[in-house]
Amino acid sequence: MELNAVSIGFFVFSILTLGGALGVVTTRNLFQGTIWLMVSLFGVAGYFVLLSAPFLAAVQVLVYIGAIAILITFAVMLTRSVTRIKERYIRTIPSFLASLALFLALLFGITVPIFGDYPAELTPTEVMTTRDLGIALVEGNGYVLPFLLASVLLTAAMIGAIFIARDEDS
Amino acid sequence: MDELCTGLCKLMVESGADPGLAQFVSLLVGVLLVSGVPLLTVIILIWVERKVAARIQDRIGPNRVGPLGLMQTFADLLKLLGKEDITPSSADRVLYNAAPLISFASVVLIWVVVPFTPFHFGVDLEIGALYFVAIASLGTLAIMTAGWASNNKYALLGAFRVVALLVSYEVPLVFALLVPVMLAGSMSMLDIVNAQAGMWFVVLSPLAFAIFYISSQAETGRAPFDLIEAESELVAGFNIEYSGMKFGMFFAAEFLHVFTNGILMALLFFGGWMGPLYYESPLIAFAWLGLKGSLIYLTTLWLRNTVPRLRIDQIMAFNWKFLVPLSIVNLILLSAALKILQELGIAPRDMLSASFADVLPTTVVMLLINLVMVVYLLGILRKRGRDARRDARAGLQHPLAASAAGD
Repeated sequence: MELNAVSIGFFVFSILTLGGALGVVTTRNLFQGTIWLMVSLFGVAGYFVLLSAPFLAAVQVLVYIGAIAILITFAVMLTRSVTRIKERYIRTIPSFLASLALFLALLFGITVPIFGDYPAELTPTEVMTTRDLGIALVEGNGYVLPFLLASVLLTAAMIGAIFIARDEDS
Repeated sequence: MDELCTGLCKLMVESGADPGLAQFVSLLVGVLLVSGVPLLTVIILIWVERKVAARIQDRIGPNRVGPLGLMQTFADLLKLLGKEDITPSSADRVLYNAAPLISFASVVLIWVVVPFTPFHFGVDLEIGALYFVAIASLGTLAIMTAGWASNNKYALLGAFRVVALLVSYEVPLVFALLVPVMLAGSMSMLDIVNAQAGMWFVVLSPLAFAIFYISSQAETGRAPFDLIEAESELVAGFNIEYSGMKFGMFFAAEFLHVFTNGILMALLFFGGWMGPLYYESPLIAFAWLGLKGSLIYLTTLWLRNTVPRLRIDQIMAFNWKFLVPLSIVNLILLSAALKILQELGIAPRDMLSASFADVLPTTVVMLLINLVMVVYLLGILRKRGRDARRDARAGLQHPLAASAAGD
């Protein structure tokens, strides 16, 4: 791999993503774990930039770091002990099997399209813009149905959350 | 490589420098300028803010250090730097030190996408407006981190309130931001400004500007939304444990954020650098942007020093029951109107190349829709106010009045 801005960026963002993920599972402090999670998600946003998808990168930062991770910090504050967690997850064999299955699925999912009988084109022939993304989301033969379904699902979830959180008597 | 090498870089190559080195140097100068200008601006802003606040409160303000007290900020800066740097013994040391940095970075990074003139900008991102929202959301993270890492219950309580405020007011802010994006048909800041060559967007949708103005005032934590520094309730809020330059970083971030919002509103709604003779020289264009941004900035200072603080429940009710529905309705009506006008062939398909005459019919329709909404809203508000006053007179305690009285 030649050393250019993209490969250096890939290296840096890989360290952020993997290091952050490692921090999440090793720290004994829930709040620090949340911060590590944000570092990891930030690294993923960097990947989107490298893949010429700035829209997804900005949404990644806005939604995952700006909204979801902040909500997680709120949830963390409500837990019994934030620091010095003593409990350990001890079911080693099921977790080992689950992570092995996930790893194999990812391994085949990634290597087969690249090195298999019908190798996929690695470099896209044209770089899509945010405008193309927007058009694809509303076009009849694009992704309008998944887009609408996701919107309805999110709206339903929001109404459900408000309904559950409401006082009985009011 | 060639299209990246313009301006200073081109000059250096022509005078015989290595192209790679020339590009590096010109990029470095750009980065230093984009990050340095806001930092230097803060020093002046603090003086401006103190002077304006003093005048509004019928005081003189800083007037001892240097002419007109101009050197006061430098003296304060030296004092802050010389102060003892205290870290609470039970604080989370790493996060405690990281929070002021994140806070300041979340503001300075916005300047990356701010176009100073048609030719001078950090970078023209395709998603400039979205980038601004994403970066601004990092400020919330900084406050939460600071509140928690200080290991002080007042700091944590203050952080909770502020984060609730910031997360809530982000919603109308983004909906209001979508209006200029929709009108320009682009999220690039450069395109948004260029699309206002025919007509400023504030004329097309004054309501969107009002919502953006109110929400950004809340995002910076300024009165009437100054829960961040509610001394009477929280001792000092999320930054209570911070001292010296770390406190100074939060302080500077807030001051800079207010001015940044002024510049952003000038760009999004007031045509940025557009003004008489702006095409003659980048300096004139820059002056127009600075003038517009500063005027909006002054109105926020005026507001800050005039209105009292609202209670947290009032702030939340105002946002979720008034601003959010209003911003959504505003966006839906305006987008529907724009599409209908485009189908009828009245509105220009592409604002970027539209002249004043092209945009005029659209402007009239949009402005009328906004006026109707404002009249309707004022009617609702008048009715609510009248009901509340009547209830108060009749001795029926309004739920809010009752909670204010401590029942």
